[in-house]
Order: sequence, then structure tokens, then C-alpha cells
Amino acid sequence: MSLSPVEGVALAEIESDPDASTPAAKGVVGRSPGQLAWLRLRRDRTAVVSGVLLVFFLLLGLAAPLIEMVYGIGPREQFQNLLDGFGMPLGYAGGVTGEHWFGLEPGLGRDIFIRLIYGLRTSLFIAFAAALITATIGVVLGALAGYLGGWLDAVINWITDLTLAMPFLIIALALTPTITLRFYGERGQVSSAFGVGVLIAVFAIFGWTSTARLVRGQVIALREREFVEAARASGAGLGHMLFRQLLPNIWAPILVSFSLAVPQFITSEAALSFIGVGLSDETPSFGRMIYRSLDFLQTDPAYVFFPGIMIFALVFAFNLFGDALRDALDPKSSR
Amino acid sequence: MTDEPLLRVRGLSKHFPVRQGLRATGLVRAVDGLDFDVRPGETLGLVGESGCGKTTTGRMLVRLLEPTSGSIEFDGRDITHAGRRELRPLRQELQIIFQDPYASLNPRHTVGRIVAMPLQVNGIKPPGGIKARVQELLELVGLNPEHYNRYPHEFSGGQRQRIGIARALALRPKLIVADEPVSALDVSIQAQVVNLLRDLQRELGLAFVFIAHDLAVVRHFCQRVAVMYLGRIVEIGDRADIYERPQHPYTRALLSAIPDVTQLGPAGRIRLTGDVPTPLDPPSGCRFRTRCWKAQDICATEEPALVPRDGGRQATACHFPEGEAVSTSPEPAGAGLVADAAVVAAEPAGRGVQANVEEVSS
Amino acid sequence: MARFLLKRLFSATLTLFAVSVLTFLMFFALPRDPVSSICSKNCNPERLERVRDDLGLNDPLISQYAGYMKGIVTGRDLGSAQGGRCDAPCLGWSYVTNEAVSDTIARVLPVTLSIVIPAAILWLLLGVGLGMVSALRRGTWLDRLAIGFSLTGASLQLYFVGAVLLLVFVYNLRLLPVPSYTSIFDNPAKWASGLVLAWVALAFLFSAIYARLSRAQMLETLSEDFVRTARAKGLAKPKVYGRHALRAAITPVVTIAGLDVGGALGGTVITETTFGIQGLGRTAVDAVRSGDLPTIMATVLIAAVFVVLANVLVDLLYATIDPRVRLR
Ligand SMILES: Nc1ncnc2c1ncn2[C@@H]1O[C@H](COP(=O)(O)OP(=O)(O)O)[C@@H](O)[C@H]1O
Ligand code: SF4
Ligand SMILES: [Mg+2]
Repeated sequence: MSLSPVEGVALAEIESDPDASTPAAKGVVGRSPGQLAWLRLRRDRTAVVSGVLLVFFLLLGLAAPLIEMVYGIGPREQFQNLLDGFGMPLGYAGGVTGEHWFGLEPGLGRDIFIRLIYGLRTSLFIAFAAALITATIGVVLGALAGYLGGWLDAVINWITDLTLAMPFLIIALALTPTITLRFYGERGQVSSAFGVGVLIAVFAIFGWTSTARLVRGQVIALREREFVEAARASGAGLGHMLFRQLLPNIWAPILVSFSLAVPQFITSEAALSFIGVGLSDETPSFGRMIYRSLDFLQTDPAYVFFPGIMIFALVFAFNLFGDALRDALDPKSSR
Repeated sequence: MTDEPLLRVRGLSKHFPVRQGLRATGLVRAVDGLDFDVRPGETLGLVGESGCGKTTTGRMLVRLLEPTSGSIEFDGRDITHAGRRELRPLRQELQIIFQDPYASLNPRHTVGRIVAMPLQVNGIKPPGGIKARVQELLELVGLNPEHYNRYPHEFSGGQRQRIGIARALALRPKLIVADEPVSALDVSIQAQVVNLLRDLQRELGLAFVFIAHDLAVVRHFCQRVAVMYLGRIVEIGDRADIYERPQHPYTRALLSAIPDVTQLGPAGRIRLTGDVPTPLDPPSGCRFRTRCWKAQDICATEEPALVPRDGGRQATACHFPEGEAVSTSPEPAGAGLVADAAVVAAEPAGRGVQANVEEVSS
Repeated sequence: MARFLLKRLFSATLTLFAVSVLTFLMFFALPRDPVSSICSKNCNPERLERVRDDLGLNDPLISQYAGYMKGIVTGRDLGSAQGGRCDAPCLGWSYVTNEAVSDTIARVLPVTLSIVIPAAILWLLLGVGLGMVSALRRGTWLDRLAIGFSLTGASLQLYFVGAVLLLVFVYNLRLLPVPSYTSIFDNPAKWASGLVLAWVALAFLFSAIYARLSRAQMLETLSEDFVRTARAKGLAKPKVYGRHALRAAITPVVTIAGLDVGGALGGTVITETTFGIQGLGRTAVDAVRSGDLPTIMATVLIAAVFVVLANVLVDLLYATIDPRVRLR
């Protein structure tokens, strides 16, 4: 009987599964499932390339002040003298020169390159912080709901439904100035750190539901397993059950969802800045730059190009890496 | 054997509500009124077809499930509804070995962590350190102590079951509930694991509730045997009584299912026909009557009590137990033509089973 | 089935009720006084006070909320300054736009529908088709192309794609007019040409996600036992793939699609902002900016209704597509 290509691949995949563990069994010290996943990840070319790219972006963001020193231009410096009478940058491609690598913003004449570097920093910081907080909330609520069940589960489920039913952008749009004004009053000068904090808080309130759902499902699938019962039969408490027995078995999907949540928060942050929420124009941000650039689409198309490409590259690298991570952690998952 | 029982079970029941939507539409009477004792160092076999409530019973004994009614006394204390805190000291004396060696070990933990878990959970620090104790335990169950840092996926089913046994032994329990500890293993490995358990039982003076779905495995291991059917004990007695003088038709049917017994049995192989009725709606009177070849009218109306015979060591729940003249038996051959024949037949058969197991394990 | 539906609708109503309460509270905490934006210049205190009274802003919160909800169910009488009698789904009167909110919604809702429905059809066809093809031709160049497409699409931003599309088709090639909304009943050609860029941008990004999802689902079902059994029994390929695999693979896609479409109907804020079209999303944003509480309430509630209804629909659809799903 001839196998169709699809079946052939599927079979090969199943047969290769025990393979993954046999070489490890020969070693003196056993390899944990995590170590095996790490090995698979290192052998995956896409994972390595996207991983390196991510590290590069991270370093760029971290080293922003250093880059500013070397580059010699700050994110708030204005170069009005390099703009023409209509506020358009002189020269080609939006004023790209050896001095201003990505040109200048029309109107204010700020340097696009250094603003992008700082925008990267803001964006990464917000995204990572939001992803960490939402993952924590989601893991705790999801694990409790799944493990304890009953009314707690019902309540958490309902809150999840409720959160999903609220139109995020509109609520965030309204909530952000509300929070800010409650703290600063009508005229206070809002510090950019505070703006960043408010954004993270808004993300935290709305972003935990998907992790919670994921973890809840996984915990429900695991809680009747005999190894969990074995711990219970030995008198283990809730903490041991959740953190020692259950979570180590679901960190793979949690990690994948975390790695895919980061680019989502990058996107959301940009989207919010785009509709004018949160960060003030002072704080460099991708979304803000694109929003401004739309007004100059016809006159200065280069202005939309740089932030657009930058955010694409960043999100693309994260998505690639997240996919590769999923494959490495779950070799049976289809790629 | 006059000492107080270590475990005393009275009227133990577990009924699971069956829901459809929000309404409870029925009750699964998974376990329905069990009485039995286990003395210190004694091994009790709990045997019955799949679905008769053995696992449910085992889980109630170690209080992974809350009994619906009845009582469980362990070491003189009533633990039927004890909370987690009250149970804690008892948990150390009462452990469980699970059926599935693949699901019962946490795949993300090393063998060392798995075996050490009961110690850590209870905050016990053995004199030589946890690692030394764990390695000692691994050696005790016949595993290489060097494999301390390995993960479960690197072991075979039999080895995994040994790890589970080591974990159950970690707290030096007095009683171990073993829920079909070998039925998921290859036949060749089953005997090895049963032998290990028997050796451990003798060396450490452990009491066991050994759950199995046939009488072959248990014969090798248990001093006393209880036969369950649809959530109830239909016959309980010493090993010799059950295997040589079975009085309940169901016990006889189970016995005849052991291959070698069938060959030599006087009445030939007893084939149980029909399915096990659902515990959602068990038959009236004797629950076995839908499949019993000796059933009479009274069996449908009156539930037979578990009555002791022969001086109290063996008890049978049947209106027409073997050894009593049955005048209107519809199938005389099945009645086993007087008990003596069955006794004679069962004797060599039993040896045959034993020899068989021994052969494999050597 | 009927009981399931009833239960589902009950919990949906409960959710909507909670959304309305939350929104009401949240927007009342809005520090901007809605009245001051209404008469920005030459406003004396008495007049401000009168407007406040008119709006019911001086009543306790609960009675304001009750009045609002009563308006939705039975309609109510607003003061003459607010257009008088306001009929059944009365969403209040906006002092900012000086019209009944229901009229505003009736004007902008068709815009959002016109954006979302064609786009959703496009993205579902494109995404699921691509996913299926690449799963069945796994490992070929076609598959790789599809993976590349979906990864790229999933990483792009709508406003960026929109900007590029505008730049190319409107400003440089001048193939299309500047995006705008015309009713399909007035001029279908103009309707389409004004919105086609929005459809394309949305469809491109969403179909990428759907291609990924349906490809993974399809591969998973193909490796499942029943498909192999069907193949082993000698059933013809198209029959197996078409009848068995597709059905099983499409179920999760339906879930996500329902939620996405439900969410999008509540306002495609980014799309509308990028292309400068005034739909539900832009209206909501404008309302938040100007502190126009009745309009905010209305847009948020409508968005929530769409999401919740989509949830119910998905559950029902699930039960019909996949009989294994028991109705709880
Ligand atoms: N959690 C539960 N809910 C409902 N019914 C159950 C549950 N657990 C077990 N049962 C039912 O109780 C009966 C006994 O099950 P079990 O104790 O697992 O039998 P055994 O271990 O003898 O095979 C079976 O009919 C089973 O379906
Ligand atoms: S009581 Fe009657 S039905 Fe039950 S086992 Fe005895 S003879 Fe059979
Ligand atoms: Mg069982």
C-alpha cells in the first residue's frame, strides 16, 4: 500500500518521537524534558536566527542612552534648520544624511533614528512588563480555577467573558486619561514614567484572560492524573500541588503563550499610541510616529517607512521565535 | 491473630451524582456498603471485574475520595471525614500505589524528586539526608541508586512501577493500598513486581490492600481475599477457603477464568454471559442474579446478607451457596455436583498457577 | 437544545448588564465635565447648572443609570432641549453632536458593517483556503510560500499596511479615490471603490492568522485516527479530506472567526482611523475625546452586544458542526 505524502510525514513524526529520548537515556545523568527541548531549539535554524535578532533588539533598547552618546543626537533635539519652509526635511528620502541616518520628522525636525531606538526601548519595556504581569495573573487565576473548580471557577470564567466583551481600545482610550487625571489633576505635568505605568496597568487588566483560559484547561486535564493524586495522598498542600506538581508540566504552553504575548503587547501599545492614548508625544513610541506620519503620507513617505519597518521586524522576529519555541517544546505539534 | 484490626471498614459507600445540565439525574452506586478489616501485617486481596468499584474503594481508603456514608477507622481513629490537617500524620502510615505506571510519575521530576516528595511534603529530614534515604529506597525496590537524576521517560513500565513503590515506602507506612499495580505491565514483568511486593511485605511487615481484577495475581500474594461485584463484597475469606472452597457462584466463575483451573474443573469452564449491569440502576435483590445460573425467585426479591460460615472466617452473600443442597437448580452441572469435587479440582489448579508464575519470574 | 439556548442567553444578558454598569461607572469617573465642553464660550454658571439639570447630572448615579436603561427598553421623555420624546431603543441625546444617539448610531453602523462583512468573507475564504492547501501540500514550495505569507501578515500592522496601500493606490497610481463611505444602495460601485482598500488591508492581516490556524488544525486532524482509518478503508482522498478532515479542522476556526467578527463589528477603530472613514469605531473614539457620555455608552454597549452574540452563535454552530460537543 502506498502512503500519501501526508501520512508518510505523520508516521515519520510519530516514529521519530521515541528517538528523541533514546540518545539521552544513554547518558549517565538523565536529560530533562526541558533540556531536550533546549537541544531541539538550538538545532532549529529559524529559532537561532530569530533568537539572535531578538537579542540584538533587546540590546539596542537597553543601550539606548549609550547609542545616544555615540550618535551624538538626543530624541528631543529639533533640527528646524534642516527643514524647508513647509516644515519638510530638506534632501532626499526625508532628509537621510550621514548625520541623520533615518532622516528627520517633518514639522518638528527631530531625528528619526534615535527616536526609533528610544521607541524600541519603551515598547519592549511595556511589552515585557505587561506580558510578565498578565502571565502571572493568568497562571494564578487559571490554575486556581482549574484545580479548585466549583464557584471560584464559575466566577473567574464569568469575569473572563466579561473582560472579553469590553471593547478594549475604547475602554483603554477612556480609562487612560481618567487614571492620569485622577493622579495629576487637570494641569499637572505628566511624567513619562507614569504614562508607561498606566499603559502597563491597562494591559494587565485586559490581557490576562487568554493565559488564564489556557492554564485552566491544562490544569483540568492534569488534576486527575495519578501523580497529582500521589502528592495529595502524601498530604501535599495547595501550594505544592500547584507549583511543584502541576505548573512544571504546563510551563511549555505558558512559555509559548508568553513569547507570543510580547509582540501582541508591542502591537497593542503601538495601536493605542496610534489612536492617541497613553504616551505623550514627548515619549518616543512607534505608534505615535506612525500616527503623525499619516499626515505626511504624500509629502514625506519616508517618515512612515522607518517606524513601520522597524515594528514589523520586531514583531516578526518574536513571532518566528515563538513558533520555533512551540515546535521545540512540543515536537509533535505541526509546523 | 487476635490483635485489633489496623483498618476497619464498615458500611463504606460512594455514590456519584450524575448530572445532566444542572439537575442531578441519577446516582452511580460505585461502592455500596462494604465491611472488612485488615490486621497489621495482613494482606487483603480485593478482586472483581473492572467497574465494580475497586479503585473507588482504594481511593476512599487513602481518602483521595470522600465516602458518601459508612466509616473508615485506621489505627483506632475514625478518618472517614477527616480534613487535610487531621489526615496529615495518618497519610504517612497509609500510602497508595497506582495502576498506571505512566500517569503516576510526574514527567517533569527526576526519580530522586519523585521518591523524595512524600518526605519533603511532610517536612521529614531523615538522619543521613534525603538523598541517602532515597537511594536506599531505590535499592530496596531493585533499582540502581545511581539513577537518582534520571527522568521517568527513561524507564520501562516495570521500573516505573518500582519507582512508584519506592515513593509509597518513603514514609514507612503501615498499610499500602495497591490498585492493580501490575495489570498495566507485561506478563513477564508482572511476576517480578508481585514478588518484589511480597518480599517487601514480609521484610517490612506491611499490611496490604491489593486490588486486582482476577484471582490469579492475588492468589500469589494475599492471605485474605474479598470478591466484589457491583459495589458490594459477595464473598470474603482466607486464601485457602476462597480458592479451595468457593461458596459464591461469582467467585467460582472468577476462579474458572484462570486458564489452568478451567482445564481441570469438574464443571468445565463457567462462562459468564451478559454484561455487568450499570451501577446507576443495580438489579434488585442479589445484584449478581442477572448473570447467575442458580438464580431463583427469592434472589430477585431479597438481598442475600454477607453471612459467615465455617466458624466465621469465610462469609458469603448468596441464598444458595455452594455446599448446600440446591434442589431445583436449573442447571445441575453448573451447581458443581456437590462441593467436594470442586475442592479436589481446585487444588492442583492452584498449584498450576503458582508454578506458572514462579517459572516466569525466575 | 432550547434549554441550552435559554441558559446561554441568560448568561449573555448578565454579561451585558455588567458591561453597562461598568461602563457607566467608568465614564462617570471621567474627570472632564461633559457640560463644560458643550458650551465652551460665554457660559454663565446658571446656564451650566440648567444644562446639568437637563442632563440629569445632578440626580444620584443609580437613578441616572435606571433612567438610561429604561430608555433602552421602553423609551423615555427627554427634556425639550434634548429632542423631546425618545423612542424605544433610546440611547439618549448627545449635546456634543446635538442629535439623538440612536440617529448617530443608525448613521455610522452601516459604515462599520460595510467594512467588516466583505472583509470577513474575504479573509475567511483566503485564510482557510490557503491553510488547507498548504496542509495538504505540506513541505512543498506552496506550503512554504503560505507559511511565509502568514508569518508576514501576522507581524504587520494594520495602519502600516493601510498607509502603504494608500500611498501606492491612491496617491501614486491614482487608481482609487480617497477612501470614503457611500451607501451601497445609492451607488454600489462607489461603495466598493471607497472601501476596497480597507477590505484588502483587513483581509490580508486576518487571513494570515487564519491560514496559520487552519493549517495547524488540518495537519492535526489528518494525523488523527479516524482520517487514517478512512484512508485505509480505501475511501477516496477528496472524500476523506472534504468530508471528514475539513469538518473537524474547521471547528476551532469557526470559534475564532466568530469572536473576531464579533469584535470587529463593535468598531474597527484602527481601520477607520487609518482610512479616515467615520464608522462606529471612530465615533466611539471621538465620543471619548469629547466626553460625550451617551454616545460612549451606546458604542460600548453595541460592541459588547456583538461580542456576546457572536459567542452564543459560535456555541450553537459548534454544536451543529461537531456533534461530539455536548450542549452543557
Ligand atoms: N468520578 C466518578 N463519577 C461518576 N462515576 C464514577 C466516578 N468514578 C468511578 N465511577 C463509576 O464507578 C464505578 C466503579 O468504578 P471504579 O472504582 O473505577 O471500578 P474498578 O476500579 O473496579 O474498575 C464505575 O461504574 C465507574 O464508571
Ligand atoms: S443469591 Fe441467588 S442470584 Fe445471587 S448469587 Fe446466590 S444464587 Fe445467584
Ligand atoms: Mg480500577
